[in-house]
This record gives sequence, structure tokens and C-alpha cells, in this order.
Amino acid sequence: MPSLKDLKNRIASVKATQKITKAMKMVAAAKLRRAQEAAEAARPYSQRMAAVLANIAQAVGADDSAPRLMTGTGRDDTHLLIVCTAERGLCGGFNSQIARFARDHVRKLLAQGKTVKIICVGKKGFDILRREFASLIIDRIDLREVKKIGFENADRIGHKVIELFEKGEFDVCTLFYSEFKSVISQIPTAQQLVPATAGDVAVETSGASAIYEYEPDAAAILSDLIPRNISVQIFRALLENVAGEMGAKMSAMDNATRNAGEMINKLTLNYNRQRQAQITKELIEIISGAEAL
Amino acid sequence: MADSFNFELVSPERLLLSAQVTEVVIPATEGEMTVMAYHAPTMTTVKPGVVTVKTADGKTERYAVFGGFADILPSGCTLLAESAVHVDELDRTILENRIDAARAELEGAVDEKKTRIEQFIAELTKLGEVVIPA
Repeated sequence: MPSLKDLKNRIASVKATQKITKAMKMVAAAKLRRAQEAAEAARPYSQRMAAVLANIAQAVGADDSAPRLMTGTGRDDTHLLIVCTAERGLCGGFNSQIARFARDHVRKLLAQGKTVKIICVGKKGFDILRREFASLIIDRIDLREVKKIGFENADRIGHKVIELFEKGEFDVCTLFYSEFKSVISQIPTAQQLVPATAGDVAVETSGASAIYEYEPDAAAILSDLIPRNISVQIFRALLENVAGEMGAKMSAMDNATRNAGEMINKLTLNYNRQRQAQITKELIEIISGAEAL
Repeated sequence: MADSFNFELVSPERLLLSAQVTEVVIPATEGEMTVMAYHAPTMTTVKPGVVTVKTADGKTERYAVFGGFADILPSGCTLLAESAVHVDELDRTILENRIDAARAELEGAVDEKKTRIEQFIAELTKLGEVVIPA
């Protein structure tokens, strides 16, 4: 049975924890809003990009001149997985959700006898995947120092991917991230980057697309465009991830705050009960003492 | 008064400008081009340079872009820039940082890539001379 003093200390410490989680929740909420704004602001670019890409892809068609990044190497042996997670924990199941999703994918590929290479973006995913696939991880990218994710961060990853592709290090590249559905729901998603999927490129081919003039020519533009598209996709994934992380953190911290509240209630009840018991005990002692006289 | 059309300048981070304009000068890879309303549908890559926009109410705005491409339709024009800033916000250090980054990349680059980066640096240097008087 804890003494009154112990209980008092306990309550104070839970209260302090509650204050911290509450503050973290508020910080996450503010960051979430900013992350959502950033994601919103980035949307026009990727939309236009998709439209332009669809347009050009149509013009170039199944021509042999189409760049290899779009058509792929024709093989399907080596897979490169880019796993994007958060840099920090304390956000519920956010990181483990992505990692688990990626892990299932890796296991499936390995069972099919494919070679798998992994690039980890973010510390948490690396920590989780390292346990099982340490030998498969070829690189990890740290964004901890980055306050606000800019296009350059994504562009650097994109360049790395293209460089690897040009060296023939992989045939298929898939991006893992968490799609931001709402504050309480983030869905781990896999998106194929290389070869650019037909479904991705052939969006809304407006029939009215006029005959374009291309400068320099369609193939040249396309080969300029596709690497950029990869960077844009990564950028979008990173932004969605940040928004998702903040959403998950917010709800996790909200839960923690509520749990702390419940705990405080319980402890306070206990404390009061004991205090009362002690008073009663003291009274009995006094009364019985008086009676004995 | 020339007819106006809708012009959008977009960078991956945000939409910089979306306005009715009468005239836009784009530094396309094959030479500068002026886009006005009812331009023939054209798609072109853009090199680093200055985009001059004349809005419908007669104002002129200048933006520095660092590569990208433009999608031109009779009804409007969209410029997807790799990165873009308003000329007033551009200063020498930003530009120099970029040139330094490109130089770092130059080391170890070969053949075609090397020429491409060298060209990029030259374009950036020229941009600096145009925008910021020494």
C-alpha cells in the first residue's frame, strides 16, 4: 500500500507528463496545419506534371525512342525499394505501419527469388528494417537536420535513384510512403517509380489535346521530364509523410493526454480515500484513548 | 490592347503566380520566346533565366527561374519551373550557392553530363549578371 506521500508524488509526476503530451499535441497540430498547406501548395505542380507527361507520352507513343526510365529495362530481377518514414517516434503506429508494409513486400519478393535493395529515408524505418534486412540496405538518407522539406531534398534522392538506374543497379523501383487520408487515418502505400507505370502516365488524356509543337523534340523533352517526375513523386511522398506523421502524432498525443487524465482521476480518488481512512483512524485512536480514562 | 490569357508559374513548392497576362517572355532552351494570347500549342524546356511577365493591368513582373519546362496552349500558358523566385527576392548568395553546388557536381562528371553542367553554370552566371548589377 503506497503511502500518502507516494501517491502525492505519483499524481504530480503524471500531471507533469500530461502537460508534456498536451504540449506535444499542440505542436503537432500546428505542424500538421503547415504540412497540409505545403502538400496543398505542391499539388498544382504534380498535377500539371502528370497532365504534361500524359500528353507527351501519347505523342511519343510506343516509339523505341522512349527513354528507358519509362519503358524499363525489360527485366524484373532486381528491385529497389525506397522506404520513407519519419525521423522521430511518438507518433503511434505510423512508422511501424510503413515498415511492416515494406517488410511484407520484401519477403514476397525474396520468396520469388528476386534481388532486393533498400534505401531508407528517415531514421525510424531504418531502425526497424535493419533488424531483418541489414544486408539489403544500400543507403539511408537522413532528413533529421531538415526543418522544412524542400524540393532539393527530394531532388537529391531522385538523382540518386537515376544514377543507380543508369548503372544498371536495379530494374524496378518502388516508393513506400504513407498516404495522408485524414488526421486519424494514414494508409501505407507503394508506388512504382521506374518504369513509370502506364496507369500513372495515362491519366486524363483529354481528347482535345491539340497537336503540339515540341522544342527541342518530344523525345528530348520526355527524357528531361521523366527524371524530374521521379523527383516530384518523391517530393509528394515526403510531404504526405510529414502530414501523416503529424496527424498520427497528434492523435497519439491526444490519447496519451486522455490516459494521463484518467490515471490522475484514479490516483486522486485513491489518495482521498486514504486520507479519509487516516483521519478516521486518528479519530478512533483519540476516542478510544478518552474512553480508557 | 492585346488580348490577355491565363499564365501560371508553378514551382514544386508552390504556385507562384496565376494571373491574366498579355505577354510572357520565356527563356526557352532554343532561344527566348515571347508568348502572347492564341499562341500555337507548344511544349518547350526552359533554361535558367529571367521570365518577364506583363500582366493585364499593365504591370511588369520579373521572375528568375532555374530550368523547367513550359506548356503553351492558345488559351493559356503554364510554366513548371524547377525552382523560381521573384527577381526582387533573389540575391547574389543564393545564386552563388547554386553555382557552387553545380561546380561540386562537375567534379567527376564526364562527357555529355559535363558539358551539360558547364552550360548550366554559364547560364547561371549570365543570369546573375542580368539580374544583379555588379
